Amino acid sequence: MTDQPAEMTCRELVELVTEYLEGTLPPAERARFEAHLRECDGCTTYLEQMRQLIAALGRLAEEAIPEEARRRLLQAFRDWKGTE
Amino acid sequence: MTGPARLYQSDEELVAALRRREESAFAELIDRYHGPMLRLAMTQLHDRAHAEEIVQEAWLGVLQGIDRFEARSSLRTWMFHILLNIARTRRHRERRTVPFSALEGAGDDAPGPSVDPARFLSGDHPRWPHHWATPPQRWGPSPEERLLSRETQAVMERTIAALPDTQRAVITLRDLQGVTSAEAARLLGITEGHLRVLLHRARSKVRRALEAYFGDRQP
Repeated sequence: MTDQPAEMTCRELVELVTEYLEGTLPPAERARFEAHLRECDGCTTYLEQMRQLIAALGRLAEEAIPEEARRRLLQAFRDWKGTE
Repeated sequence: MTGPARLYQSDEELVAALRRREESAFAELIDRYHGPMLRLAMTQLHDRAHAEEIVQEAWLGVLQGIDRFEARSSLRTWMFHILLNIARTRRHRERRTVPFSALEGAGDDAPGPSVDPARFLSGDHPRWPHHWATPPQRWGPSPEERLLSRETQAVMERTIAALPDTQRAVITLRDLQGVTSAEAARLLGITEGHLRVLLHRARSKVRRALEAYFGDRQP
């Protein structure tokens, strides 16, 4: 069996997705990755799903600071300011 | 973050205003970053009350250090750094120390494939070895919109909450907060290579959870 089969398989690709998106795949590997994508709807969808979920994670709602905690912190600010 | 318009448009403005002791700057800082700070604290300490305490401590640390902040990193990264230091001290005190050298691998789980192997054809398939047997399906005509719904956000939140600690910290910093890999690795005291491995596992889990969730529903 050769070290670098000419065509990347889907099973290989799904394990390389993160490195691909990080831009850390070596050039030859990246070329194989992209060549496979051009031929494979399944992997194209998989990569798309990864991109979509990453974007969605970036939009997850954040908790607002509870009023009591906010009040205490602003008081702490005044104390800190006052001690100078 | 929805809410009142920001008074301060940049780190520089915020820092300058804090150095002038303007309370509105601190108010904006806590409004903007309380959520992210609490999330990060929860990746370090499981107890929510403890997490809230260290966030409060971190805010005080921010005030005490603001005059010395050198802007070598962003304000947010610097605040995260303060928080993570406090968390480390707290964990140490609570006798849950993991020596730094052993951090790689702590808060992680056993490695496994990102996709169920049954989804692929076997290696001795005559035409398509290791290719999809059951390829993934698009998540509807508008997946981006679908992923914004409260239900899917809840699926993502639950999956993240169930991640091993370090995977949770990594995906929180990288994907929820948009911290760069270099900064996230530095904050967590791990190599970028290890960070990528953890990120890969965490994202794969979220994808699987979403796929399972969408699988039973109409697009």
